[in-house]
Parts: sequence; C-alpha cells; structure tokens
Amino acid sequence: MNSSILLSITTFIYGFAAFLYIFSLVFKKPFFGSLGTWTLLAGISGNSGGLLLRWLESYRLGIGHAPLSNLYESLIFFSLVIVVVYLVVEKIYDNRSIGAFATPLAFLAMAYASLSPNISEKIQPLLPALKSNWLIVHVITCFIGYAAFAIAFGLGIMFLLKQKDSKPGISFLKLFPDLYMIDELSHQMIMFGFLFLSGGIITGAIWANSAWGRYWGWDPKETWSLITWFIYATLLHARFMRGWRGKRLAYLSIIGFLAVLFTYFGVNLLSGLHSYGQ
Amino acid sequence: MKKSKIPDDLINRLWKYFASVKLTVTLLIILALSCIIGTVIPQNESPAAYFFRYGEFFYRAFSALDIFDMYHSWWFQFMVFLLAANIVVCSIDRLSSTWKVIFKKSPSFDIAKLKNSYKEEFTAVHTHGELKTLFMPVLLRLFKYARVEDKENGFVIYAEKGRWTRLGVYAVHLSVVLLLIGGLIGSYFGFDGSVIIPEGKSIKSIILRNTGSDQPLDFEIRCDDFNVTFYESGMPKEYRSGLTILENGKPVLKKDVIVNDPLHYKGINIFQSSYGMLEPEEISLSFTDRKTGSVYRTKTSVGKEIELPETFGKFVLDKYSRAYSFMGHDLGEAFSGMLTPIKGEPVQVILPLKYPGFDKMRKDELIISAEDTQRQYYTGLQITRDPGVPIVYSGFIMMIIGCFIAFFMSHIRFCVEVVKKRGKSIVVIAGISNKNKIGMEAKTKKLAKLLSNKL
Repeated sequence: MNSSILLSITTFIYGFAAFLYIFSLVFKKPFFGSLGTWTLLAGISGNSGGLLLRWLESYRLGIGHAPLSNLYESLIFFSLVIVVVYLVVEKIYDNRSIGAFATPLAFLAMAYASLSPNISEKIQPLLPALKSNWLIVHVITCFIGYAAFAIAFGLGIMFLLKQKDSKPGISFLKLFPDLYMIDELSHQMIMFGFLFLSGGIITGAIWANSAWGRYWGWDPKETWSLITWFIYATLLHARFMRGWRGKRLAYLSIIGFLAVLFTYFGVNLLSGLHSYGQ
Repeated sequence: MKKSKIPDDLINRLWKYFASVKLTVTLLIILALSCIIGTVIPQNESPAAYFFRYGEFFYRAFSALDIFDMYHSWWFQFMVFLLAANIVVCSIDRLSSTWKVIFKKSPSFDIAKLKNSYKEEFTAVHTHGELKTLFMPVLLRLFKYARVEDKENGFVIYAEKGRWTRLGVYAVHLSVVLLLIGGLIGSYFGFDGSVIIPEGKSIKSIILRNTGSDQPLDFEIRCDDFNVTFYESGMPKEYRSGLTILENGKPVLKKDVIVNDPLHYKGINIFQSSYGMLEPEEISLSFTDRKTGSVYRTKTSVGKEIELPETFGKFVLDKYSRAYSFMGHDLGEAFSGMLTPIKGEPVQVILPLKYPGFDKMRKDELIISAEDTQRQYYTGLQITRDPGVPIVYSGFIMMIIGCFIAFFMSHIRFCVEVVKKRGKSIVVIAGISNKNKIGMEAKTKKLAKLLSNKL
C-alpha cells in the first residue's frame, strides 16, 4: 500500500459520503445521513493515513519533509481540514444537512488533486526557500482558515436556498437548520476562519522576514490574501456595527470564498514568490 | 468666543465622519479593489516592458497614476492613512462608553434585556436565607462578580464575568495601527540592499534596492567560502555561505548562513539570496593542429595577444560572457576571441567552457579550446535593517489575541431571581451576553442545572 493508492481510495470514500449526505437530505432518509458520518470517518482515517504515509515515503526517498509542500499535498490537507471542521460542526449542532454542502467540497478538492494533469503527485525535494519550520505552521493555519470559509460558503448557499423557499415548497429544505441558525453558524465559521486567515498571513510574514528580511513584499499571493482579509473584515464590520444579517451576509460570504479560491489557485496564473505552489 | 464656533462644528463633523463604520467599509472595499489592480499589472518593471505591453496611451495614463509602483503611490498610501485615522477615531469614539461599562465598581444590569432573554425555572422548598447561602458560593466561584439585592417578595442575585473582553476589539484595532506604525518606521529608518562578495573577500558597504546608492556598514563582512549542493534531479538543495563579521579588521563573529537561517548582527540582518561564479581571470587555452595533432598550450587573459607557432598567426581573447547564446542555444559561460592567421582574414572563435570540442565545428586546421579552471564562487547576500519589526511583531501578537477575545469571549451577565409563591420559592435564571447569543441558551441551562443540584 502506498500513499497515492490510499489517497485515491479516500477520494472515492469522500465521493460516496457526499452522495450519502445528499441522498439522505433529498429523500429524507436520516439513516443514510448517519451512514454518511461513518463513511466520512473512514475517509478521515484514509486521508490522514495517506498524508502520514507520504511523509514516511519522503523520508524513505531521503528527502524527508512534511507533506505540505506543493499544490497536490495542500489540496489533500485542505480536504482533511474541511472534513474535520465539518464533523465538529455536525457533532455540536446535530444537523447533517450541512454535510450535503461541505463533503462535496472535500471530495472536489481530492478529485482535483488526483485527476488534474497540471498537478504533480510526485514527492519532490524541498527548495532551499521552503526549508523552514514555518512552512508547517503557515500551511496549517492557512488551510484551517480556508476550510472554515469553505463551510461558511456552503452555509451561505444553504441560507439563500432556504430563504428563497418561503412557502412550503421543496420539502428537503425543512431539514436545514432554521435561517437564524444558519446565519449564526456561518458567522461563527467566518470568525473562526478570520482568526486563522490572520494567523496564516502573520506566520507567512514572520517566515518571509526570517528568510528574506522582508515581512511584506506585495507578492500577488500575499496581496490576494490581504484582499480576502479585507472582504471578511468588511463582512464582520457590516454585521457587528451595522447589524447586517442573512441574505446580504450570505452573498458577502460567497464573494469572500471566491477570493479565497483565487488566493489559492488563481494566483498561480500570476508570477511571484509562491509560484512553487503550482 | 464666537469665532471658535465654526471650527468646533467643523471638527465635530470631521470627527463624526471619521467615526463612521460606513467609511471603514468603503475604505476596505476600495483598498481591496485597488490591491487587485496591483496583482494584475506587474509592479516595478522597466518602462520599456510596460510601453511594449500596454501601448503609449495606457503607459502614460498608468504611470501618471503611479500604477506601476502602486503600493507606494501617494493615493494608495493616503487611503491607508485614512483607514488608520478611521480606526483611531472610531476606537476613541467608542472606547469612552465601553470604558464606563468596564471600569464601574458596581456593574449595572439591564433588567429589560434580561427579562426578554432565554429563561430557566425551577422551584425550591428552602427559605430565602438558605437559598442565598447555597447559591452565592456557586456564583462567586463561577463569576468574577456577584451581588444580592433583596426585593419585596424575595431576592435577586446579579452575577457577571468577562467585562474586560469588551476590550478585545480595541486590541485588534490597535494591532492594525501598530502594524502601520511599524511599517512606517521600517521605511524611514530601515534599509534593504544587497551585495556580492567573492570567496575570501570582504565588503564594507552595500547597494540599496530602491535607489541603487551605496549604504556603508559599521563593520565588514567577509565571505570565507561558498558552497552549493544539488539533489540528484539537479534541483538546488542548499546554498551555504561561511561568513565572518570583522570589526576594525578583527573577526568578531563567524556563522554559516543558509536560506531561512540568516545572520543577525547589530540590528542588521544578512540573508543568503543568490550566488554565482566569478569571471575567470586567467584561462588555459590549447591549440591543436588538425593535421599533425601537435598541441600548443598557454595561459592568457582577456585582451592579451598570443603569438601562435608556425603560420597560425595571432590570437586574442576579446570578451567573456556569462551566458553565450549561439543560434538560440544557451552555451553557458563562453569566451570569444579573434584568430588572425598570417595568410587570410581574421575569424571569430567561440570558446564555451562547457564544450571544449566546440571549435571543431569551424572545420579549420587549428582547433582552439578553453579549459575550465578551478574558479571562485561569489555569494549574493541580501542585507536589511528594519527597526520597525519589533512593533510589527507585537502588532501580530496583539491581533491574534485580540481576534480571539473579540470573537470567542464575551461579557456574560446572569440574574437569578427568587420569588415566593404559595409557600414555595420559584427560581428564575436568565442570562445575556454581548456576543454569541445562541450559546447563552446552553449556558443558562447549565447554570440552572448546577444551582438546582445544590438543593
């Protein structure tokens, strides 16, 4: 068993879990939802097992480093964090409808990592610039933030779907938490994400300062993470100070997540210090 | 006295303007949008490159707006300044009322709000005195503050904690101001430059990145040696410079500097950033007669003329290039020279160091090749000083702690009301919090359970 086989299996497990959550929501069969939770737990073991195995394999190749060094590895890690954060939310709020929106994101990230021809699965040695303990801290904080924003994005879509459907229309929307709850939960996720995004930018700045003597250099990825930070800061101020709720915040949360996606993927189209993320 | 009225009014209006969240939101959105421009249009390239890419009209328009060095343009910095002013004014404006809430000896409890909030209720058979002695220790253990107020038909205990967490948001705002101050200090009192030091040599000054001017240092940096190692794939593995700091010619500090592990000395940071090989001063040339196979060897340098034996004439090296391009191929380091035979026209000869047989292609009677000799590396160092860093770092710490407090900790207030009704005591527990209202329901239930368990 090597890591890439294990991770491919995990991709299918996540796909299956996403199917179960959606099926259970659409056909209102709670049993499939709890099956989804168990499937997701199996996926987590495969996902983290795959990452650990990859870590070991890199040592066997004599270039040992944490599996957080390129786009492939970051996507795998991203999926893991999405699923873990989602399961915590599921446990606390005891509602599986969110799973129908969160697990597909984890599945898509895994599938993109394994299937995209532009993403290399090969374990590669680290460039001198990446040889730092800050790499691990930086990547972990960033992706916890991204995962929280991803779930807030899912919640934003849930809010808009449920909100449009005011009359007793599509019945599965009844399984969603009520609007107030979705709004509040998405707010919690955004605050959590904002804390970690700030942490990610800060650890990146400290790392840049220790590697190049400059904590900020307006590199496109840095700038885009700042743009994302501005968007979520706007959202938080609109909510805290102007009392914005519901629909408008759901839209802002969706825009914020698009900025996250651009910071993550789109910046590779532009040149800069993070180009090794390709 | 009358005169000062108009400015007062103006100041008030300005103050109100800067204290508005509308301004904050507007500024954040404009900053976000303008940052996008800076990532789409590459920054700080040569004017020629821009001219070529955007054409004359847009080149002129963009450079008039400083878009090619956008983040340092007056309008971008002005917006950052406005944001800073907005943050400071907002914070001062709101701090005074928060301050009153936080530093009050006996905190007030908003009865109307408490009445409207989620409630838990249970009954007890104990006397009021008993209930007080049962409840108070629990509340005093859980909360920072608790007091009893006797009412006509019973009593109320007010308890609260986390008043100070209302300061979290001010910490976040202060952290942003600290980052900006730190950045300002760095740009005024710091520098950022680079230097190239050949192995064995030392330097006393560096070249600044922005202006290209010289910046003298208080000490000397010597590069004792430089090493680069590669992975099997040819990817660089490590760049390592052995550096020595010299004060008045005497070594005071020795350290190997690699990427991610700089040398710090007297507030100046020395980073590994590039490397290369020095241009060879002397080079061995061999001249082979194709017919007889006899070889003539000599050492020479650029510009020195060599008399060749027999009728081959004269040869002179005229140029060295780091990367010689031959019909679109990069041959790497190469010399070019001029061969002037006794009979015939002068010919140009290319001597790439990597390909000693290259000159055979000329199909001449004489084959010339240059041999790569043991040569010296130089190390490229980035040298910076930024006295603003400690302030920026304290801003970082404050931002994380502040965000945590502002988002996840709250000022919680409870009231436990005991009223006598038909010989029994009815205990009603209600709580409010300035954040996370959903979480309060669970907290109220928990407190009710704790108190009823005491009975």
